[in-house]
Amino acid sequence: MMRKAREKPPNLAIEFAGISLRNPVMVASGTFGYGEEYAELVDLNRLGAIVSKTVTLKPRLGNEPPRIVETASGVLNSIGLQNVGMDAFLNEKLPFLRGYDVPLIVSIAGDTYDEYVQLAKSINREKIEGLELNLSCPNIKYDRKLMIAQDSKATHLVVSRVKKVASVPVIVKLSPNVTDIASFAKVCEEAGADGVSLINTFTAMAIDVESRKPILRQITGGLSGPAIKPIALRMVYEVHKAVEIPIIGMGGIMTPGDALEFIIAGAKAVAIGTGNFVDPLTPIKVIDGIKEYMIKNKIKDIESLVGSLKCPKDSS
Amino acid sequence: MVQIDAKILENREIGPKQYKTVLSAPQIARQAQPGQFIHVRVSDGYNPLLRRPFSVHRAQGQKIEILYKVVGKGTEILSKKNRGEDLDILGPLGTGYWLPQREKGQLQYLKESPSATSKISDIMLVAGGTGVASLLFLAESISVHNPELSILAIIGAKNKEELLCEADFKRLGCRVEVATEDGTRGYKGLASELLEKFLPLSADKPKPIVFACGPSEMLKRIGRISRKHRFPCQVSLEEHLACGVGACLGCVVKAKGSTYRRVCKDGPVFEASDLMWE
Repeated sequence: MMRKAREKPPNLAIEFAGISLRNPVMVASGTFGYGEEYAELVDLNRLGAIVSKTVTLKPRLGNEPPRIVETASGVLNSIGLQNVGMDAFLNEKLPFLRGYDVPLIVSIAGDTYDEYVQLAKSINREKIEGLELNLSCPNIKYDRKLMIAQDSKATHLVVSRVKKVASVPVIVKLSPNVTDIASFAKVCEEAGADGVSLINTFTAMAIDVESRKPILRQITGGLSGPAIKPIALRMVYEVHKAVEIPIIGMGGIMTPGDALEFIIAGAKAVAIGTGNFVDPLTPIKVIDGIKEYMIKNKIKDIESLVGSLKCPKDSS
Repeated sequence: MVQIDAKILENREIGPKQYKTVLSAPQIARQAQPGQFIHVRVSDGYNPLLRRPFSVHRAQGQKIEILYKVVGKGTEILSKKNRGEDLDILGPLGTGYWLPQREKGQLQYLKESPSATSKISDIMLVAGGTGVASLLFLAESISVHNPELSILAIIGAKNKEELLCEADFKRLGCRVEVATEDGTRGYKGLASELLEKFLPLSADKPKPIVFACGPSEMLKRIGRISRKHRFPCQVSLEEHLACGVGACLGCVVKAKGSTYRRVCKDGPVFEASDLMWE
């Protein structure tokens, strides 16, 4: 019997908030440095996009160590946004990344509203494809108690002010440390955000029982990894029902199946975070696995999977 | 730096809870420098989730060796692996030991007082417990590349049963001194105390270069001694690592000039005088 003519490979390319991606799999901010750290191990040109380590206006030293501890199926960190600052990022880190053919989304965080605006202004659309506003680092508090992402008025103000000056799409990273994450996604949408990214880490802690001291120097930190995946998934599901703007879903993605769950729940793109530490090839394996799934299930276009969750009819 | 599935050629208990694992890893064996490490995924599951770092103990031909003590879940799982199994490893990672700039084949600040006449070793290695792993690799490398340098290896352990690599250092022609905490072998006490005994304390004597690897308390003591007596000293730090490649900034240590340095990338070996430990 003659072999069937080879079918057209499935289409993994998407457009996310105006950014063209060859596939929907990104690497999450803070887990992939400035790209150069992983370039020997991972073919950066295969990634959907790279989201940079959060950049601030001035260089930041970060928190005192210990900054990291492993917990059951998770990692707790309190890095404190250590970074080289925007000038050094643009001059020293960006040229390396521009040597690759991969969209770059730069994560930014300011100490004040004005700093967010200043940072957004410094981003040039010739060189950078998108901005991610980090309003949700659990290790940084904007008024000693809250993150911006825990205050809807502050969130609205930052997003709308940044949107006025930004020359690239603006994606807002949401915090899971809120009662109703969907309402924050709506605030972002109303303020003009082009997309949302969720979730950042959960505020959490670990204690050494012998010394009765917290293991992290900052006492609490942010929890990531497979431990948080089911909650992240629920949040993506809720946000997808609430807003029209696209979602980057993340939180403990380790396998193609994990990523597919996020896509089915409503994420147009996904990001690998802690998974990079465990296996630098996680993003590549996820891309290949999604492709295999699509071939097996005769899905031609990844878009048709986004938000394709089949809930029982009587459910709300 | 590569990520490979390395076949386990050997995995055996060499002392109480102490294991040596031999892996087939040709590229890493070729590239590895003393003081560098490999980052090992001990389990496909999520608990433990992160990789575990191990200093390269030996790199010969196609093979590398690691030496470790079972101290937790990760090393427990690793110790139970069988010959023939594959191990997902990244390496070689980090910045290892280095010898100060050579001039005409000789170490610059040692050429005035050759060790043969002063009876002071050019190099002093101080190992605590399994910290000996990377220092044996260093001794092997020095014996090949700088055979003119004399080496004193001070090996510390809890007791004589846990003492490691004594015969290996002797085979390389090193002078070996032993310290055990319970006094069952050699000097009763700590390796750092023994180091002080062997240091030339007068200011006009040539200074040895000291390389140390072991528990952090030991390294801090040796750091203090090096500051006091002003001798060059490199220490190999052990930290919990996440990424192992310098991306996550989880493993930093405070350094001079109010900066943080990454143990996984800028280290694990640091000049003791560069660190701000206390």
